[in-house]
Amino acid sequence: MNAVLDNLDAYFKAFGYTIFLFLVAGVLSTLLGTVLVAMRVGPVAVLRGAAATYVTVVRNTPLVIMFAFFSFAAPIFGIQFKWLQVHVGTFDFTAFFGAAVVSLTLYTSAFVCEGLRAGVNAVPLGQVEAARAIGLPFGGVMSQVVLPQAFRAALPPLASVQIALIKNTSVAAVFGVAEATAQMRTFTNSFSSERFGIFVCFAIGYIVIVEAFSFLATRTERHWRVAL
Amino acid sequence: MTGAPLVVLDHVDKWFGDLHVLQDINLTVDRGEVVVVIGPSGSGKSTLCRAINRLEVIQQGSITLDGQPLPAEGKELANLRAEVGMVFQSFNLFAHKTILENVTLGPIKVRGIKKEAAETRARELLDRVGVGHQAAKYPAQLSGGQQQRVAIARALAMEPKVMLFDEPTSALDPEMISEVLEVMVDLAKRGMTMVVVTHEMGFARTAADRVVFMADGAIVEENTPDEFFTNPQSDRAKDFLGKILKH
Repeated sequence: MNAVLDNLDAYFKAFGYTIFLFLVAGVLSTLLGTVLVAMRVGPVAVLRGAAATYVTVVRNTPLVIMFAFFSFAAPIFGIQFKWLQVHVGTFDFTAFFGAAVVSLTLYTSAFVCEGLRAGVNAVPLGQVEAARAIGLPFGGVMSQVVLPQAFRAALPPLASVQIALIKNTSVAAVFGVAEATAQMRTFTNSFSSERFGIFVCFAIGYIVIVEAFSFLATRTERHWRVAL
Repeated sequence: MTGAPLVVLDHVDKWFGDLHVLQDINLTVDRGEVVVVIGPSGSGKSTLCRAINRLEVIQQGSITLDGQPLPAEGKELANLRAEVGMVFQSFNLFAHKTILENVTLGPIKVRGIKKEAAETRARELLDRVGVGHQAAKYPAQLSGGQQQRVAIARALAMEPKVMLFDEPTSALDPEMISEVLEVMVDLAKRGMTMVVVTHEMGFARTAADRVVFMADGAIVEENTPDEFFTNPQSDRAKDFLGKILKH
């Protein structure tokens, strides 16, 4: 336990990276997932097919392989993140972080899309017809009527998807991001007699982040229920 | 153009699978005219109503609105729908928006009217249908009759050329039916062009210029309400009226 307590700054900084990964990939995956679901339920057959194919391919690919692809294979095709050089305080966001965000975003967006699709299916057809009847085009029907209601209906599964994302950020440890799990490995290597305490400390860190997020999700859910 | 009919259905046919739900429908609605469509369940009257703003796609024939054929898809279709008000049996108010937002959504997003102007107009309309004091509430907090009156205000906010009513009182408790019908009668008096699918024979008698009787997907009889109710020509209409007017 002392290994962590004596190095609290390293501990918090590592979880800082975890939180950054989660926030950036969480926002981007929600945006991408929303675009994907609009394509999937939209009137253009080509876009429907493209979105469905994307979901099938990405959802059936292990996350580690996504990471490996963007770390080792994509650079060969010229897709690299060397341009990313952002420094905020003591945090450095570089190519490794960029590859991790892209992997996590693409991977999570497929699940966001499917979660939202369940929400879209829960919106009664009459809502869509009423939106069409006042002259809203497809984009307006989706953004003004269907998606706001779909988000409300799909909030519990979407929260689960984002919680999975929080934990999935740990995969970035293997691909050069100094986030919590990477730091944990550093600790266990340096203080091998304290492994148990180190594991407990990092488990607690993840639990706190997930619980804080769950709390927000539950509150949002309750707020929306009052509004309806 | 003012003399030309507003809505023209010309040899319209539609099938649901093998079921021929609209059979060679010819119907003309003039400006300011109130046409009430009645008939037994499954006669195709709702489908007819919904075909006029292309919520149902027809397979043969043509429908024109103000001289323009219905566009197939996309922006043009959306623009046409903005000109056609629609009131549904199940109200279909936007559940996540307040009453006021329900009425202002179309004017703001489709017509591009400023929020303040849209709200002023929406409040006038809500007052007119008698639910002005409910503007800040959500649809689920209103009674069915109130929701349907909001739905009428929502459609009117688009200043439509014609209003379609698809069984607007069929989902309402009896005591709420009259409050909705009053709004509709008032609308008819103000000269709105209306196509009304309904089982309310009282409304047909007082407000309709013409009654269209449908059975099995076809228009069987068309007449003034007086003539139709006192002197129906077809056996099908006699049978229908006999069943509903008996009680």
